[in-house]
Amino acid sequence: MNKPLIATASLAGCFGCHMSIMDLDDRIMQLIELVEFNKSPINDIKELSKECDIGLIEGGCANSDNIRLLKEFRKNCRVLVAVGECAIMGGLPAMRNNNASISECLQEAYIDCVSVQTNDEGLIPNDEELPMLLDQVYPCHEIVKIDYFIPGCAPRADLIWDVLTALISGKKMELSYECFKFD
Amino acid sequence: MNNLKIRQTESAAIAAIIASHNKDSTGLMDILIDVQERFRFVSKKAVNIIAEAISIPISEIEQTLSFYHFLSRTPTGRYTVYLNNSAVAGMMGRDKIARAFEKEAGCKFGTVSEDGNIGLFNTPCIGMNDQEPSAIINQRVFTRLSGEQVIKIVRAMKNGAAIDDLPGSGVQSNIIRPGPILTIEAPTAEILEKSVCRGPDDVIAEVRAANLRGRGGAGFLTAMKWQLCRAVEAERRYIFCNADEGEPGTFKDRVILTERSELLFAGMVIAGYAIGAAEGVLYLRYEYKYMTEHLENVLRQMREAGLLGRAAASKKGFDFDIRLQFGGGSYVCGEESALLESAEGKRGEPRDRPPFPVEKGYLQQPTVVNNVETLCAVAKIMLKGADWYRALGTAQSTGTKLLSVSGDCGRPGIYEIEWGFTVNDILRLVDAKDVQAVQVSGPSGTCIAPKEFNRRLAYEDLATGGSMIVIDNRRDLLKDVVLNFTDFFISESCGSCVPCRAMTIQYKKKLEKILRGNGIGADIDQMLSWEKVMRVNRCGLGQTAANPILSTIRNFSKLYNSRLRGDIEFVSEFDLSAAVRESCQVSNRVPGSGGK
Repeated sequence: MNKPLIATASLAGCFGCHMSIMDLDDRIMQLIELVEFNKSPINDIKELSKECDIGLIEGGCANSDNIRLLKEFRKNCRVLVAVGECAIMGGLPAMRNNNASISECLQEAYIDCVSVQTNDEGLIPNDEELPMLLDQVYPCHEIVKIDYFIPGCAPRADLIWDVLTALISGKKMELSYECFKFD
Repeated sequence: MNNLKIRQTESAAIAAIIASHNKDSTGLMDILIDVQERFRFVSKKAVNIIAEAISIPISEIEQTLSFYHFLSRTPTGRYTVYLNNSAVAGMMGRDKIARAFEKEAGCKFGTVSEDGNIGLFNTPCIGMNDQEPSAIINQRVFTRLSGEQVIKIVRAMKNGAAIDDLPGSGVQSNIIRPGPILTIEAPTAEILEKSVCRGPDDVIAEVRAANLRGRGGAGFLTAMKWQLCRAVEAERRYIFCNADEGEPGTFKDRVILTERSELLFAGMVIAGYAIGAAEGVLYLRYEYKYMTEHLENVLRQMREAGLLGRAAASKKGFDFDIRLQFGGGSYVCGEESALLESAEGKRGEPRDRPPFPVEKGYLQQPTVVNNVETLCAVAKIMLKGADWYRALGTAQSTGTKLLSVSGDCGRPGIYEIEWGFTVNDILRLVDAKDVQAVQVSGPSGTCIAPKEFNRRLAYEDLATGGSMIVIDNRRDLLKDVVLNFTDFFISESCGSCVPCRAMTIQYKKKLEKILRGNGIGADIDQMLSWEKVMRVNRCGLGQTAANPILSTIRNFSKLYNSRLRGDIEFVSEFDLSAAVRESCQVSNRVPGSGGK
C-alpha cells in the first residue's frame, strides 16, 4: 500500500504552526516512515504535484493568493485540516478586522508610519505580481469546507502528532482540556 | 452662578479631584471616574497630571482608562445618554426609543451632537430589565422610556437643564414576592450583637452548618471560603462584596442595595469579623452610581450607631469599616479576581489561579469576595440560626434565592423563592403565557425549552445566579435573543484569552449565516466541536461565552434545522471581487489582475 500523502501550507500566519511540526523532533523520522510529504515549506516543494490525502493549512486568508492556494488545497486534498488560531479564527492578522479599513491599514503602513522615510510620492505598492489584499482577514472555514480543526497558538507538537496518527490510522482521538494552548 | 468654579482651570480641578482620593493605584478608578464626570471625558492632559501626581506610568493609566466603557478619551457630551441595548430592552421597544433620541438630538448613536451638548451611546444591561427601555444620563437612571418622554428629555437637555430637572428619572424596586431574606425582622444592631458575642470560628461554624453556598452563581461554600482565608497568615485581610451584577437580566443586587442595604452591610461586618478583616469594600458597577448618596448615608448612620468603626458593634478590639468602590463599566469585573484587579486601579482582567483570592487577593492580601445576596443570607443565619435556614430549600440547596424576572411576563420584578421551585412554578407566579423559552442565569447560563419547565431550581438540578428572562412565542429567539447575547459577549470580552476574544466572533458569523438562510448542518457541527476550545478561557465568563448559541442548538434544534439548507454540502458567502475592491481602489489596480 502506498504511504498517505501530506501537503502543508502557511497562509496569513507566522509559521509558528509549522515550527510546531518541526517540534515533533525525532518523531519526524517516524512520520516520514508513515507518510510522504508533497508540497510543504518543510521539504521546500513549491507546488502540489499529486492529489494528497491530508492537507494542513496554517494561517487565515488576508489576500487573493491565500484564497487561491486554499482553494487549490481543497481541490487536491481528501481531508483538509485548519491548523492553529489564524486558520480557525483569523488570529493576530484579523485584529485589523473592524478596527481599521484596508485603506487605513495601507495608509499607515506605507505613508504615515514613523518608520516610512523614502515614500515622498505617497505610493502604495501596486505591482501586478502582488496579491490583492482582502477587506478582512478570513478564517479558512469561511472560504472552503474544512474537515478538522487543530486549535492552539501554536498547537503543540503532541497535538499535531496525535491528529496525524489518528487520521492515518483512522482511529478516533480524544481531545483533552490540557491539549489546547494559546499564546 | 458660581464664577469661581467656571474660572477654575482644568489642572486645578483635576488636582482637587486627585487630592480627595488615594494617591496610588488604589485611587485610580475613583480619580478617573471623577474626572470623567467633571469634564465628560479624560483628556491626555488629565492623564499626564494624574500620572505625575500618583506616580504611575502614563501607559498604565491609558490601559485602565481604555478598558472601561464609561470612561472615555474623547468628549462624550455635556449630557451623556447611555441607552441599554440588552435583549429585553430590545423586546420592550428599545429601537424606537433609540431612533427618537437620534431624531431629537440630531446625532447618531456612538457620536456626540455637533455643539458637544448631547452624546448618544449604547451600553449593555444596566440592571433595569424589569422596567425597560431604560437609559443612564449623567448617572441618573430613566426607566420605562416612551417616545414622548424622550422628546421632553432632549428638549430639557437642549435648554441646559440641570440633571435633576430632566423629566422622569427614577427606579422602581418591584419586590413582588418577598421571602425570609427580604423581610425585615430585627434591628441591625441586634443581628451584629448576636454575631460578635461568639468567636469567629463559631460564626464560621454556624454558616457552615447552614450549608450556605455563594449566590453569585458558582455556588462555592461560603464557610469554606472564609475558613481558607482565615487560615492564611497575613497582616491584613479584606472582605469584598461583589455588587458588580453585570449578567444581563439580573437586578436583585440593585434592589437589595436600595431596600436592604443595612442587612448587606451587617453581613459584611459579620464576614469581616469571621475572617479577621478590618476593611470591607463594596464594589459596585458604575451603573449603580446613582445610589452613592443613599449608601453613604446608611454607612454614616451605622458609624454613628457604633456598628462600624472602632470597636464595631461594640466588640472590643474589632475595628471594621466599609467603603464603596465603583467600577467603570465592565462585565468581566463581576469575576472575583478581575474585580480585585479593577479595585487596584488596573484593567479588569481575571488573574491566573492559583493563587486564589483567599490566599492572595486585594493588594496580594488574603481576601474574601462574596455576593450581595450571600452576605444578606449570612446576616439572617446569624439572627435566626443554621437550623432555621437549613429547613428552607432542598437538601443540597438550603435557603432561598432571589430571582430577577424579566421579559415577556405580566409581573416582572424580584421574587424570593425557596430553592426547589420548578420553572413552571415561577412562570405561574410571574404571569407568563405562550412561553417559547426561558433564559436561566442570563446569557452565560442556559436557554431552556418548555419540555424542561418542570426542572427544579437547585444546585442539584438547574443552578442559577438569579436572572430569568421569559421569551414568548412572538419572538425570533435566534435573532432577538441569541444574537444579542453573542454580541454582548464579544463586546465585553476583556481580550485576555484567545477563544473568548476571537472564537466568539466566529460563533456570531456562523449564526448570522444561518439567519441569512445560508447555514448548513456542518455549521452546527463545527460550532458544537468548538465548545471544547471555549473551555480553556481563564475565567468562568469566557468559558460560557458561547452558551447562548450552544444551549439553543441543544434545546431548540428544530429552530435551527428549520433555517438550514439541506440541498448542499458547503456554502461560502465569500465574494472575492467585493473583498479586493477597496484595496484595488487605494492602489490604483484593476480587480482580478495580479496575484495569479
